[in-house]
Amino acid sequence: MIEAAASQPLLRVQDVAVHFGGIVALDGVSFDVAPGQIVGLIGPNGAGKTTLFNCVSRLYECDRGEIDFDGRALLSVPRHRVAALGIGRTFQNLALFRTMSVLDNVMVGHHCRTRGGFFANALRLPHAVKSDRAAAEQARSLLALLELEAVAGTRVSELPFGTQKRVELARALAAEPKLLLLDEPASGLNHEEVGKLGELIRQVRERLRLTVLLVEHHMNLVMSISDWVVALNFGRRIAQGAPAEVREHPELVRAYLGTA
Amino acid sequence: MTKRNLLLLALLLAVACVLPFIVSDYRTFQLTLVLVYATALLGLNILTGYNGQISLGHGAFYALGAYCAAILMDQAGAPYWATVPAAGAVCLVAGFLFGLPALRLEGLYLALATFALGVAMPQLLKYDHLAKWTGGVQGIVIPKPEAPFGLPLNADQWLYFFTLAVTIVMFVLAWNLLRGRIGRALVAIRDQHIAAEAMGINSAIYKSAAFGVSAMYTGVAGALSAIAIQYVAPDSFGIFVSIVFLVGIVVGGLASISGALYGALFIQFVPNIADEISKAAPWAIFGIFMIGFVYLMPTGVAGATRLLLAKRRKSP
Repeated sequence: MIEAAASQPLLRVQDVAVHFGGIVALDGVSFDVAPGQIVGLIGPNGAGKTTLFNCVSRLYECDRGEIDFDGRALLSVPRHRVAALGIGRTFQNLALFRTMSVLDNVMVGHHCRTRGGFFANALRLPHAVKSDRAAAEQARSLLALLELEAVAGTRVSELPFGTQKRVELARALAAEPKLLLLDEPASGLNHEEVGKLGELIRQVRERLRLTVLLVEHHMNLVMSISDWVVALNFGRRIAQGAPAEVREHPELVRAYLGTA
Repeated sequence: MTKRNLLLLALLLAVACVLPFIVSDYRTFQLTLVLVYATALLGLNILTGYNGQISLGHGAFYALGAYCAAILMDQAGAPYWATVPAAGAVCLVAGFLFGLPALRLEGLYLALATFALGVAMPQLLKYDHLAKWTGGVQGIVIPKPEAPFGLPLNADQWLYFFTLAVTIVMFVLAWNLLRGRIGRALVAIRDQHIAAEAMGINSAIYKSAAFGVSAMYTGVAGALSAIAIQYVAPDSFGIFVSIVFLVGIVVGGLASISGALYGALFIQFVPNIADEISKAAPWAIFGIFMIGFVYLMPTGVAGATRLLLAKRRKSP
């Protein structure tokens, strides 16, 4: 029983299609993400990687296909319930709460794990106070993990880009996800920072027992940390497999280098 | 809260309690209005400052609260103190219901929809078929409450302390609400609504609820104003009230609790000062004050105060 559950994919994307007006962004993409793996999603610009992410986090509606997460049909779940199911994400162009402190940003990440509505908070009922304290504690431990303690009280908009990206990661982790979606975590980082990032993603996966789906253009990073790689081009899957296999795949080479 | 802030707050409270015994009854009445405006502005600030939804029609909820109080006293003989929570409850529901369709509107479009509400309200209050309750153009006159339990206070002083008590309760509730989980969610929606939803915040519910809570605050303020002025009439709730509220939260400081108090002082006293400077063009003077404040304190009085305190802490 337990073994059968373990061999189930955590995320199953089946025949997903999305179009915007006349433009086909995804054209029947299917792949699985096994629990505990780091899966890299690669492809040239406009291949549909971010569109796929936005389908999984329910920001876009799919025209066709199914997405199952943890044995549940995801496409019937409203957007704001996705986090509670166990899907956390970061954004390609940072979507932090700019006026809030680092600590508050991360605490918002924990929102789906806490209770207490308007009434309970206005009266500071014991359970609301307790839940708030727990959220702060959890946020602080994540700040420690990501070396952000020193800037806990700083407004995020005052921080350098690389630090803001770590804040976004901390915020995504605060939701205690099973699946972490990282949209181009290395973009805008310098060479040294990219090296550290790869180490960090692996470390976080081990410590928090996560599954990671990662969109990335930085080939070295993807190939070095992924257990499995899925390549898209023009909204279709053109290759998938272990990093070493996909790297040599003729379709991928053609997609990136173009054909004569 | 730091020890120093607590001390400042205690000092402020002590001053607030002593003031009505050293100033004239008319000044006491003006201070009562400052407290009323502070509650109204706090409500608008929850919606516009914290949650980022612009309202140009909060005068409508202020009117609704005032009329609730007046009608309950006039028609049902309700005691004045009981009309305050009743007006709050009515405005909470009204605000929530208005907030639901308003979800589809953002920025300037929401401003227009709320403007429509604000501009329609005085005429709705004059509507013939409602005149039986609203008193039509004449409005409603209500009796002035006397101090209970044989307290040695005149009516103006009692009104002041009654309003002060309600204001303190409303401020404490808002402070609780905004410093915790709900306050963070409201600001998150304002800053980045897509990310907020990805973090599991149901923005539709939060935005409508913010509208409801905001209207409740403004409605409570409306009820307090009716009791303080002992009179409601449609023409006291024109669109100008809504605009002045917006001026108050911007000058006082957006997304700031203390800003509501600064804003209330501004909208209560600056028109008087302007009137003393020039009888011919008081609003021109008011305009100059407004521009001056916004120019010198672009984050409102509350923001400027915060900066000043931070600077003093750094260089002792």
